[in-house]
Amino acid sequence: MLNIEGLSAGYGAAPVLRGVNLRAEAGEITVLMGRNGAGKTTLMKAIMGLVRAEAGRIGLGGADLAQMPAHQVPRQGVGYVPQGRRLFADLSVAQNIEVGVGAGPKDTASRRALRAEVLELFPRLQERMSQRAGTLSGGEQQMLATARALCVRPRLLLLDEPTEGLQPSMIEAIRQVMVAMRDKGLAVLLVEQRIDAVLGLADRVSVIEMGRNAEDFSRADLAVPEHARRLRGHLGV
Amino acid sequence: MRGKTWGAVVALHLGLVAVLFALNFVLPVYHQGVLARVMVLAVYAIGYNIAFGYTGLLSLGHAMFFGAGLYGAGLMGLHFGMSALPAWLVGTGAGALLALVVGALALRTAGVSFMIVTLMFAQAVYLTILYFGDITHGDDGFVVPGVSRTLAGIDLSQQHPRYLVGWVLFSAALLFSLWLVRAPFGRVLVAIRENEERARLLGYDTGRRKLGALVISGAISAASGAAYGLLFGYVGASFAGVQYSIFALLWVLLGGAGTVLGPFVGTLFMFYLIDLATGVTDAYMLIAGVVLVGLTLFAPQGIVGEVRRRLWRDLP
Repeated sequence: MLNIEGLSAGYGAAPVLRGVNLRAEAGEITVLMGRNGAGKTTLMKAIMGLVRAEAGRIGLGGADLAQMPAHQVPRQGVGYVPQGRRLFADLSVAQNIEVGVGAGPKDTASRRALRAEVLELFPRLQERMSQRAGTLSGGEQQMLATARALCVRPRLLLLDEPTEGLQPSMIEAIRQVMVAMRDKGLAVLLVEQRIDAVLGLADRVSVIEMGRNAEDFSRADLAVPEHARRLRGHLGV
Repeated sequence: MRGKTWGAVVALHLGLVAVLFALNFVLPVYHQGVLARVMVLAVYAIGYNIAFGYTGLLSLGHAMFFGAGLYGAGLMGLHFGMSALPAWLVGTGAGALLALVVGALALRTAGVSFMIVTLMFAQAVYLTILYFGDITHGDDGFVVPGVSRTLAGIDLSQQHPRYLVGWVLFSAALLFSLWLVRAPFGRVLVAIRENEERARLLGYDTGRRKLGALVISGAISAASGAAYGLLFGYVGASFAGVQYSIFALLWVLLGGAGTVLGPFVGTLFMFYLIDLATGVTDAYMLIAGVVLVGLTLFAPQGIVGEVRRRLWRDLP
């Protein structure tokens, strides 16, 4: 599905990613881990076209996302839930969903079906449709950000620390959505810092350090105490 | 927005349109003239609000679009003896075309740079008007000939027809603005204002949408300028100067940026504030200044913006 090869990217003269390789397969949750400043969010932004790739390839199907402007990346079937949610705070929940749906199918019936399909995953949002997004709780905002990302009917879903700062019940709700998406056959790429949030969820873990690949772990690896210890060592916990 | 609330919103806007129509028959001549002018200039503010209030494009050069409409219509009358409706259409089209060209270049920038670039473009238009004085009559301006101030045989320089034409234009612009903010295109404009990067990441080509918003904004501003020249009979370079760009910003901020009624309320408020202050003292700008500072401190979202914040959350 997603196949990143030798990706280098950064901000102006400051390189952040230096030849990173990463794969995310359909029907799997791939977790990208690393310490603060390792380049996780920059990698997500590079996939979305917000940070220009200086070298390497970001393959999705037959396309190279590294060559596309940002607004064309979602049209390839990539949904992105950024860190900090970034909702349209002044619009209501319903309007946020409408804007998300509006970028997709052109006919009204398909739009209505997509809207219903997305909202089915988040019954809590259905009770808040006329509320302004900026006044939702943190967990509800995260649900809305995730719902909006699903409006592009993604085959690859990127989530950047989606459970940061949320209460346990909300974390569980977001986890369930990720699992449901994986079971539907989407490739899920998740950036996460907390090991306890990853164990039992990840099909594979890829660690980056200082903008370079450090080590990859499979689900089976993580069940082995020695591997789990090494993963903790990479993260300094 | 729930159906019932939307019904109340539509009733409010249609109610204003109805009240303004009725005022034509009851207002004294002086206030009728002032209100006609306010309605036409409020259309300019409505145009500005689409760029600034809804899309977040802070332009300091919108007077160039108002001026394009004013001169586009006025010059057609002066040099070709064109009647009011085609002259108005030429003026409106000139503003839309200018907005397309300026937008294609200026929208490569954002924020403060966009402000500066639009200001520079407007200055270039202003200086062009002065430079081609043989055609535009430069600083002196010109009086629009009578032939261009008639619509289907009706003399637009007369009080009642002038008011009614201003009312028709204002009503159309107001209801268009109300429709736009509820339409999918309008929602995307608000999304761009709130978070352009996020809108792009949903798959929207935000550059094209911003250009579309600027062309609509420029066309409406030009429609106002063209009508102003034809209804009030004078075309002058000062209408294309930086002061008129600031006016649009001021009216929208006072009334409430990103609200449908705000541009009208802001324009009306400013006109009558200066009018009343002039009656009290020669130093009327001092009174106007104090009131404006007070309003900015206690109603930072503008008059209609404050109504929305405190009383009616769903008011568009």
